[in-house]
Amino acid sequence: MATTIRAAAKDEGTAPVPSAPRPRPAWRSRLYRLDLKGSPYAFIAPFFICFAAFGLFPLLWTGWLSLHYVDLLKPDVMEWKGFDNYTRLWSNDQFWTALRNTFTIGVISTVPQLLMALGLAHLLNYRLRGRSFFRVAVLAPYATSIAAATLVFVQLFNPDYGMINWFLSMFGIHGTDWYADTWPSQIAISTIVTWRWTGYNALIYLAAMQAVPKDLYEAASLDGANRWQQFTRITIPSIRPTILFTIIVSTIGATQLFGEPMLFGGGVGVSGGSAHQFQTLSLYMYELGWPSRQLGRASAVAWTMLLILLLIGLVQYLFARRNRTKLGG
Amino acid sequence: MATNALPTTGAKRRFRPGAGDHDKAGPVTYLVLGLAAVVSLFPLYWTFVAASSTGERVAQSPPPLFPSGELWNNISTAWDQAAMGTALVNSTIVAGCVALSTVLFSTLAGFAFAKLTFRGRNALLTLVVATMTVPPQLSVIPLYRIITGLDWGNHLQAVILPSLVAAFGVFFMRQFLSEALPFELIEAARVDGANSLRIIWHVVFPVARPAMAVLGMLVFVQSWNDFFWPFVVLTQQNPTVQVALSAIGGGSGHDINQAVIMTGALVGTLPLLLIFALLGKYIVGGITAGAVKS
Repeated sequence: MATTIRAAAKDEGTAPVPSAPRPRPAWRSRLYRLDLKGSPYAFIAPFFICFAAFGLFPLLWTGWLSLHYVDLLKPDVMEWKGFDNYTRLWSNDQFWTALRNTFTIGVISTVPQLLMALGLAHLLNYRLRGRSFFRVAVLAPYATSIAAATLVFVQLFNPDYGMINWFLSMFGIHGTDWYADTWPSQIAISTIVTWRWTGYNALIYLAAMQAVPKDLYEAASLDGANRWQQFTRITIPSIRPTILFTIIVSTIGATQLFGEPMLFGGGVGVSGGSAHQFQTLSLYMYELGWPSRQLGRASAVAWTMLLILLLIGLVQYLFARRNRTKLGG
Repeated sequence: MATNALPTTGAKRRFRPGAGDHDKAGPVTYLVLGLAAVVSLFPLYWTFVAASSTGERVAQSPPPLFPSGELWNNISTAWDQAAMGTALVNSTIVAGCVALSTVLFSTLAGFAFAKLTFRGRNALLTLVVATMTVPPQLSVIPLYRIITGLDWGNHLQAVILPSLVAAFGVFFMRQFLSEALPFELIEAARVDGANSLRIIWHVVFPVARPAMAVLGMLVFVQSWNDFFWPFVVLTQQNPTVQVALSAIGGGSGHDINQAVIMTGALVGTLPLLLIFALLGKYIVGGITAGAVKS
C-alpha cells in the first residue's frame, strides 16, 4: 500500500498534474522531494535522539562503569577493576538473596496477576449490565501510585491491627507477621503489584478478545463445545500474541521492582527488611550505589539485571517458537 | 526477540453486542466481577476512611470501616509535614510536560512508521519495540552523573528530560494510525500540494486525536506515579507527589500518625482518581477500542 504513495509522489514530481500546465519551478520540486525523503527521518528523529541520549548511551556507560571502582561522591576518579565487581557479586550472599527474592516475588506476582486478568477479561467480554462500571472499577488501582498503594497496604498488612490479619482471624488464621517473615512479606509485596496491574492487563486482554471473530464461537458451539472449551480452544490461541506481550512486559516490570519493597520496608526499606527478606535486585543496586556510594558495584548489578533479562527473553523466544511450530501456525 | 510480541492483528471483525445469546452474562459472572470490583475499590475506600480518622482510631483492632471527621485536620498536618502543595504543583508540571511531549513525538514517529516509506523502516521499528524491553533503571547511574554534572539535581527538568519520549507511545500511535488513517487522505493532501508539516497538522492530528487523548492520559498517569528516578534525583525540598509520600511513609514508622500517612496517600491519588471517575469510560474505551492491540 505504501508504494502507492511513492508512485503518486513520482507522478507529482516528474509529470505535473494536467490541470496545471505551467511546470513547477525547479527549486520547488527539489524542496518537495527533500520533504518527501527527509520528513520520515525528521519525524522519528526526536524519539531516537532522546533514546540515544537518555537510554542507550547511559546503558553502555553503565557497562563501562561496572568494570571500575567509582565513588558516588568522587565520580571522576575511576579505578580499573576488570571483572572484579562481577566476581564479588558471585561470592556475595546478599546478591544471591536479592536475586532469589526478585525471582520469587516476580513469579508470585506475575503468574496470578496474568491468570486473573485473563479470567476477568473473559467475564468482561460477556454482555453485561453496567459494564462501564466494572471496567472502570478494575482499572482504578492502576491510577494509584506505587507510593500511595504501598502505604495503604502497609496499613492493611499490619500484623497487630491490620485489616487483613483481622479478616484472616475469622478463619482461624492468627498473627501472620507480614513484615518480618520471608514468605508472608513477599506475598504482601506481590499482592500490591497484583492489585495495581491486574485490571490493566485485563483490559488489554479484553481488547484482544474483542477482535476474535464471533463466528468462530458460533461454529464451536454448533459443534457442541461448552464455554470452557471455547475459552481454552478459541480465545486463548487467538490472543496468544497479546498474552506473550503481557508476559514480557510484566517480566520486565518484575525484574525492576523497586518502590513496593522499598516503601513496604518503612525505615529499613533500602535493605529490603531486617534480614533482606524482600530485597530485590533494584533495591540492592540502589543500596550499593547510593547509601554505600559504590557506583561501580551498583553498575555491575545493573548489567547483571540486563543479562538476566536477555536470558529470560531468549527462553521466552525459544518457548514461543516451539509452541508455534507445535500449533503449526 | 521482542518482535514476536508484535500482534499479528489477524482479526479485523468487531465484537457485536447481542450477536448471540451465548455471550450473555450469568449470575456467577456478576458475582465474580462484583467481587473483583470490591477488591479493586476497597483499598481506595479504606484510604479515605483512614484519612478521615485519628491515628488511634486507625491503629485499633478491628480497624474502622466508616469515615470519621478528621479529614481537614489531617490534610493540614500532611501539608505541613511534607511539601504536599509544592509536590502537587511539581507533579502536575512534570506529568503535563512528559505527556505533551510524548504524545507529540509519538504521533510524529508513529505516523512515519505507519504510513511513510523510508529506508530502514522495519529495522528501526524493531529497534523501537526492542527498547521497550530495556528497563530505564539500567541507565540510572550515568544519568545521575549527567544530571548532577549539569547541576540539575533537584530541578524538575532532571525528571522531565529523560522521559520526553516513550517507545510504547510510538508503538501505540503506529498501531492506531495503521488502521485509522487511510492512505487516500494523505495522497489527496499531497496532490493538493501540502507538504509534510501541513499533512501532519491538517490530516494526521485530527485523525489521531482520540488515540492522542488516550495516550496522553496513560502517560500522564504513568509519569505522575513514577517513583524510582524522581526519588533518586529530587529531594524533599522540591519533591513530586511520590517523593513526598515516600518521606511521610518511609520514616521511622511508628511515631508518625498513621492517619496522616493515609491522608498523604489520599491527596496524592485523588487528582488521578478524579480524572478516572470523570474520564474513565473514555480511557477504558480507548484501551479496549483496539488502539493497544499489543
